[in-house]
Amino acid sequence: MDYLTIIQILDSSVRLATPLLLTCLAGLFSERAGVVDIGLEGKLLAAAFLSSAAAAVTGSIWIGLLAGIAGSLAFSMIHGLASITFKGDQLISGVALNFLAAGLTVVVGQSWFQLGGRTPSLNGAERFSPWTLPFSEALAKIPVIGPAYDELISGHTALTYLALLSVPLSWWVLYRSRFGLRLRAVGENPSAVDTAGISVVRLRYAALVIAGVLCGLAGTYLASLAAGFVKDMSAGRGYIALAALIFAKWRPWYALWATLLFGLLEAIGNRYQSIALGDIVIPVQFMQALPYILTVIILAGFVGKAIPPRASGQSYVKER
Amino acid sequence: MSKMPKWADAVLIPLISILIAFFFSGVVIWAIGKDPFVAIKTMVQGAFGSTQGVGYTLYYATNFIFTGLAVAVAYHARLFNIGGEGQATLGGLGVTLVCLAVPWPHWALALPAAMIGGALFGAAWAFIPAWLQAKRGSHIVITTIMFNYIGAALLGYVLLNVLKVPGSMLTESARFPAGAHLPTFHEMLAPFGINFNKNAPANMSFLVAILASVAFYFLIWRTRLGYEIRAYGQSETAAKYAGINPARIVIIAMLISGALAGLMAINNVMGEAERLIDNAVEGAGFIGIAVALMGRNHPIGIFLASILFGFLYQGGAELAFWESIPRELVVVIQALVIMFTGALDNMVRVPLEKLFLAFSKKKEA
Repeated sequence: MDYLTIIQILDSSVRLATPLLLTCLAGLFSERAGVVDIGLEGKLLAAAFLSSAAAAVTGSIWIGLLAGIAGSLAFSMIHGLASITFKGDQLISGVALNFLAAGLTVVVGQSWFQLGGRTPSLNGAERFSPWTLPFSEALAKIPVIGPAYDELISGHTALTYLALLSVPLSWWVLYRSRFGLRLRAVGENPSAVDTAGISVVRLRYAALVIAGVLCGLAGTYLASLAAGFVKDMSAGRGYIALAALIFAKWRPWYALWATLLFGLLEAIGNRYQSIALGDIVIPVQFMQALPYILTVIILAGFVGKAIPPRASGQSYVKER
Repeated sequence: MSKMPKWADAVLIPLISILIAFFFSGVVIWAIGKDPFVAIKTMVQGAFGSTQGVGYTLYYATNFIFTGLAVAVAYHARLFNIGGEGQATLGGLGVTLVCLAVPWPHWALALPAAMIGGALFGAAWAFIPAWLQAKRGSHIVITTIMFNYIGAALLGYVLLNVLKVPGSMLTESARFPAGAHLPTFHEMLAPFGINFNKNAPANMSFLVAILASVAFYFLIWRTRLGYEIRAYGQSETAAKYAGINPARIVIIAMLISGALAGLMAINNVMGEAERLIDNAVEGAGFIGIAVALMGRNHPIGIFLASILFGFLYQGGAELAFWESIPRELVVVIQALVIMFTGALDNMVRVPLEKLFLAFSKKKEA
C-alpha cells in the first residue's frame, strides 16, 4: 500500500464519517437532555428524501437543505410530542419513526416522481460542490504534505467543514454556556432543574430541535453524496451513529474520533473486498459488522465503562 | 378503586388507537391521490377473497405470531427485544443445517428436529445480549439492534462461503430433501374434501404457531417461571425482595424470546422457500414489535394482531399490483400502529380515564 492509497482511504473516511458525525452529535444533544433517540435513522432518511426531492425540483441543493432540515425537524417534533408531552416510551416512538420514514419516503416518492421510490438523480447545482482550499493546487506538488493537503484536507463539501466545526461548537455549547449546563442537568436530574424554575419540557424540546437540524444536515449530505435518493439509503447509519455515541461516551470530541474510526472501517471495507493478513483472510462481511461488534464490546464494559446520562429514556413527571 | 374497568384497558384503548392509526393511513393514501375506500376493498378482496389470498395472509400471520410472542415474552420481563429480526435470521440457519444434515424420510421427524434447530440458534443469538444485560448492564435495546446487523453479516458470510451450492450463481443454500417438505394447507385440507389453493404458502407451521400461543399463555400465567418473569417486569426491587434472581430471569426470558423468534424459520425457510435465501425474514422480526404492542402482550391479542398484519401484508401486495401503491404503505401503517398503540398510548388513555372518572363520580352523587 503506497502513500497515495493511504491518503485516498483517509479522504474517503472523512467523506463517510461526515454524516455519522452530524448524526452522532444530534444524538448527543438529544440524549444529554434525557431523550433517547433511536429515530436518528428515520430522520436521516426523511431529510435525505425531502432534500433530494426539493433539490431536483428547484435545482438548488441549498433549498434542498432547507427542506431536509424541515423534514427532520418535523420528525423530531413528533418524537417530542410522543416522548415529552405524552410521556410515552421513547424507544417505541423512535422505532415507529424509523418505520414511518422508511415507508413514507417510498410511498410519497413513487407518487411524486414515479421512479420506483427514487428521486431524479441530482447533478450540477443540485449537489454540493467541493470546496477547494487556497493554494491546494500549488501545494499539491510538494511531496508528502502536498497530496495530503490537496486530497485529504481540501476538496470536501461545505457540510464536511461544517460538521468538523460543529464539534468544538457543541463542546462549547454543552460545557461553556448556560444553556448547555442546563441541558446536561436535565439529562441527569430533571427534578433539580425543575426546582430551579427552569422548564424541563422546553429544554428537552430545544435539544430535539438541535438534533433535528443536525440530522437534516446529515441527511442532505447523504443525498448530495449519492446524487439522489434511493430507498433505505441511510442503510443503518443512524444506528451506527448511535453506536458511535456510546463509543464516544456522550462527549463531542470523542464523537469525532469515534465517527472517524467508523468512517475508516467503512472506507477500508469499500476498497477491499477481503483483507489478507498473512494466512488469515478477513472476509468483507466481518468488516461490515465490525462497528457493531466494537459497540457491543464497548457496551459490555470491557474497554472502559460507557455510562449514559442518568435520566435518559425516562419521561419527566412533575410531582404534585 | 381503579380508574378504568379492565375491558376498557384491554380492548377499548387499543381499538381506539388502531382506528386513529388507520385513519392516518387513509389520509396518507388520500394524500398520494388514491381513494382509501377503493384501497381497502382491494386489500380485503386480495387477502380474503380467495383461498390463495387466505393462504398468503395466514402464512404471513404465522411469521408474526412467532415474532410477536417473542417480543411479548421479553416485554413481560420489561425487556425490549428489537433483535427478533436477527434471531429469526439465525433461526433460519439452524433450521437449514438440520434439514440439510440428514436425508429426512418424513416431515413428522424433520419438523421437531428443525424446531429444535431453529429455536436453539435463535436463543443462542439472544443469549449474548441477554447475558450482557444481566451481568454487565449493557442496554439490551442497543445490543439487540447491533446483533441484527451482525447476524445479517454472519448469514451473508455463511451463505456465500459455506452453504452456497458450488457452481451456482445464486446466493442460496441447496434445496431441502423432499422428506423435509411440510404439508401445505392444500395437502392438509384435501382429505376433508376442501380444495385449498395449491400455490398458497400457508403450511403446518400455522398450527405450531397456535400451539406456541397456548404454551405461551400457560408459561406466563400458569407457571412459577411465568410469575417470576411478570414479577420482575413489574418491579425489579420487589422481585429481588421476593427472592427472585434478576439475572436469571433476564437471561431465561430472552432465551425464550430468541427461541420463539428462531422458530419462525420453520414457516418461512422450511415451509415456504425450502432452502435458505438472503434476507428471508423480510422485516417480520420488526412487525413482531407492532403485533405485541397491539395485542397487549397476550396470546389472543397477538393472534388477532398477527392476522391483521398478515392481511395488511397480503393486501399490500395486491395494492401494489392493482392500484400501483408501493408495498411500503404497509410499513407506514405498521409505523402508525406502533406509534399510536405504543408511544402515544397516553394520548388516548388520559382523556378516557378522565371520562370514566367523571362517569363514576356522577353515579356516586
